[in-house]
Amino acid sequence: MAFYRSHILVSVDPQCLAKGAHDIIDSLHDELVYQGLIDEIQVLETSRLGDPASEGPDLMVYPEGVHYINLNADDIPFLVEEHFLKGRVVEKFQSTKRAVVDEELGAPKPKEMRVVLSNCGKIDPFNIEDYIAEDGYMALAKVVSEMTPEGVIDEVLQSGLRGRGGAGFPTGKKWQFARQNPGEVKYVICNADEGDPGAFMNRRVLESDPHAVVEGMTIAAYAIGATQGYIYCRAEYPLAVKTLNVAIQQAREFGFLGKNILGSDFSFDLEVRMGAGAFVCGEETALMNSIEGRRGEPRPRPPFPAVRGLWGKPSNINNVETYANVPRIVLRGAEWYSSLGTETSKGTKTFALAGDVVNTGLIEVPLGITIREVVYDVGGGIKDGKGFKAVQIGGPAGGCLPTQYLDYPIDYESLRSAGAMMGSGGLVVMDDETCMVDIARFFMDFIQDESCGKCVPCRVGTRRMLDILERICDGKGQESDIDTLEELCREVGSTSLCGLGQGAPNPVATTLKYFRDEYEAHIKEKRCPAKVCKALIEYVIKPDACTGCTVCARNCPVNAITGERRSVHHIDSDICIRCGICMQVCNFNAIEIH
Amino acid sequence: MTMEADRHSRLLDAVQTAVEQFDSNPDELIPILNQVNRSFGYLPPEALEEVSKRLKMPQSRVHSVATFYQMLSTKPLGRHVIQFCESAPCHVVGGREVWQALQDELKISGGETTPDGKWSLITVSCLGVCGVGPVLIIDNEIFGNVTPQQIPDILARYN
Repeated sequence: MAFYRSHILVSVDPQCLAKGAHDIIDSLHDELVYQGLIDEIQVLETSRLGDPASEGPDLMVYPEGVHYINLNADDIPFLVEEHFLKGRVVEKFQSTKRAVVDEELGAPKPKEMRVVLSNCGKIDPFNIEDYIAEDGYMALAKVVSEMTPEGVIDEVLQSGLRGRGGAGFPTGKKWQFARQNPGEVKYVICNADEGDPGAFMNRRVLESDPHAVVEGMTIAAYAIGATQGYIYCRAEYPLAVKTLNVAIQQAREFGFLGKNILGSDFSFDLEVRMGAGAFVCGEETALMNSIEGRRGEPRPRPPFPAVRGLWGKPSNINNVETYANVPRIVLRGAEWYSSLGTETSKGTKTFALAGDVVNTGLIEVPLGITIREVVYDVGGGIKDGKGFKAVQIGGPAGGCLPTQYLDYPIDYESLRSAGAMMGSGGLVVMDDETCMVDIARFFMDFIQDESCGKCVPCRVGTRRMLDILERICDGKGQESDIDTLEELCREVGSTSLCGLGQGAPNPVATTLKYFRDEYEAHIKEKRCPAKVCKALIEYVIKPDACTGCTVCARNCPVNAITGERRSVHHIDSDICIRCGICMQVCNFNAIEIH
Repeated sequence: MTMEADRHSRLLDAVQTAVEQFDSNPDELIPILNQVNRSFGYLPPEALEEVSKRLKMPQSRVHSVATFYQMLSTKPLGRHVIQFCESAPCHVVGGREVWQALQDELKISGGETTPDGKWSLITVSCLGVCGVGPVLIIDNEIFGNVTPQQIPDILARYN
C-alpha cells in the first residue's frame, strides 16, 4: 500500500473550476511525474479552501498546512520545484490570512503536543475527503489488508495506550478479554457521555474529527470480532450527534462501514444512541442499560462488559479519546506512541483547562508533564497576578491537589497516589481566594444530585456528607464533623456499587487531607479564611477611609447601612445579606471583609 | 370535537408517530419518549400508557425510564422551556447572578412554570460549552456569555 509524504489538496469549488482548477491539477500531475515525485506526493480534489472569488484557484499542502492562492497553471513547475524539491515555501503565492479565532482551541501553547486534536479545526468534519487527505482510514486499510486481529491487539498493547475515560485500564488488554470471551455476537461501544462539568474535549473531537472515532471503533471491532457498534452520545451534544451521523453515512458510502469493508470479508456497522440527561450514564454498565432502553443504573461488576455486556453479550467499551488514538497508533506504530509519556502512562492526554488561569480552553499534553508546566507554561499562570492554591483534577470525583504537588507528574499512578485521578480531563485551577470547604460542598452537591439512588452508600452517604458540608459552611459545624466526614469518605468509597459513588468522596477526602486547617477554622473559630462562606464573613466599614458619601447606603438592597452624610457609616451585620454590592460601589475602598 | 378529545387524539398521534419512527423497537424506548416529550411538551400518563401498549412492555418499565432522565418530564411544562447550566464553570463566571435575574424576571423558582403557562425554568448539567459561560438554552436556541442585564431582552424575543 502506498504512503505519501505530502498531500496537495486542490479546491474544485465551482468558482475555482471556472478559473482553471483542472488545469492546475493536470499541470501538478505532469510536473510531479517529471520531477520523479509522483510516488511521494498525492494530488487530491477538495471542496472550498479559502475565498474562491478573490483567491481561487487555490490549493493546500499538507502536512505543512501551507495555503497557496491565485495560482495559474504556468506557475506550477516553479512551485513544485521550490516547495517539494527544495523544501522552500513560495511566499509570493502563500495566503497570509488564515487566522481563525477559536475560543476553545487556540494555537498550540508551549509544551503542548497535539495528536488527538491534530485534525480539529483543520479539516471539515462534514467532508470525509478532508479526513482521508489527512491519512484518514489508512490505518483501517492497513488493518484489514495486512494485519490479523491478534496483530492489532498486540500493536495496541505494545503502544501502552490506556483508557482515556479516566480509569486507565490498558486498552489492548480490554480488547484481548473481549476477543477471548466466546460468543457469536459481540459489540463495540463508544462512551461519548462526557458529563463532567467543564470537560468538553470529547465533544470537540466528535464535532471536529468524527471519522477518527469511527475508524478507531472499526479497528477495535476487527480486533475483537464484532459486527455491530454503538456510540452513546449525551443528548446535551446535538451537534456532535449530527456530525457523527453524517460521518457514519459517508463512511458507509465509501465502504469503510457496512458489508465487506474495503473488499475484505470483515463487516461492521455503527449506530448512534442518545441519552436523555443523566450523569451516571457515563458509567459503563449504566450506559449499557441506557442503550438497551432502561433506567441508566449501574450493574454490579463482575461480570465485566467483556464477559457479559450489552444484551448480555461480550462487549468492548472505550471512551472517545481512546478510540481516536487508535488510527494514529496503527499508522505510526506502537513504538512511536510509546516514545511519548512516562514508563507506565504513554501518549498524550487532552484536558479542558478552566478556572483562574490566563489561558483557558482545550489543551493536549504528553503524559508525565508536571502540574506546574500545565498551569504556568500552557495555562500562562494564574489570572490577575494572584497566587496558586490548588488544582482540581479528574472531574467531580477527582481530587484537589495543593502547592506541594505542583512538580508532580500528570500520569495515572502519580495522580492516584496523591488521592486524585486522571478522570476524563477536567482541570480546574484555583487561586488563593478560593475556599476549599466551599469547593468540596459544590462538588458534593453535584454528586448528590446525580446519584442514581440504586445503592444505599452512595444515595444516603453523599446526602449526609453534603448536609455536614453545608452545616460547616453555614458556621454551624460541630467538633465531631471532621471525623464523621472521614468515616463517610471511607465507607462510601469502599462500598458503593459503581465508579460514581466510589469516587464521590475524593474532593472531600483530598481537601480534608491538604486543607484541614480551613475546615478547622470554619468549625472551631467560625471563620472562613478565604472570605467566601457568607455566614462566616462580615462586611465592615473602615472608619478612617469612609468619607460619608452615602453611596453604599443608597445601593444597599436591604437598608443595612446607616450614617449621616459626611460622617462614618455603619453596616448592621444582622440585616446584611453579604451581597457585596457596597464593596463594589465604594469609591474609597473603605469596605473590607472580616 | 371537544378540547379534551382533541388533545387526546393529538397525543395518540404523537405516540404513534414516535413509535413508528423507531420501528416499534423496545430498545429505542428512550428516543421514543424523547420524541413524544418534544412534540407534546411533556409525557402525560395517557402517553406512557399508549407507549407501553404499542411496545408491548409493562407500564412500570416505561414509567421507570420516564422518571429517570432529566430531559423527560412527566409534569406539564410551559410553552418555552429555559434550561440554565448550573455547573461549576458557568457558576464561577457569573452564573449565580444570571440565575437570580431569571428567577426575579419570571417571578418563579427553578423547576416551576409561570401561571400563564408561558415559561418553565429548569436547571441542566454541563452543556459542554464552558468557553462561553454562563450559558442558557431556550427551547433549542443557545445563549452564551449571558449577563443579568441581557435577561429581559432575551426573554422579550419569545411570545
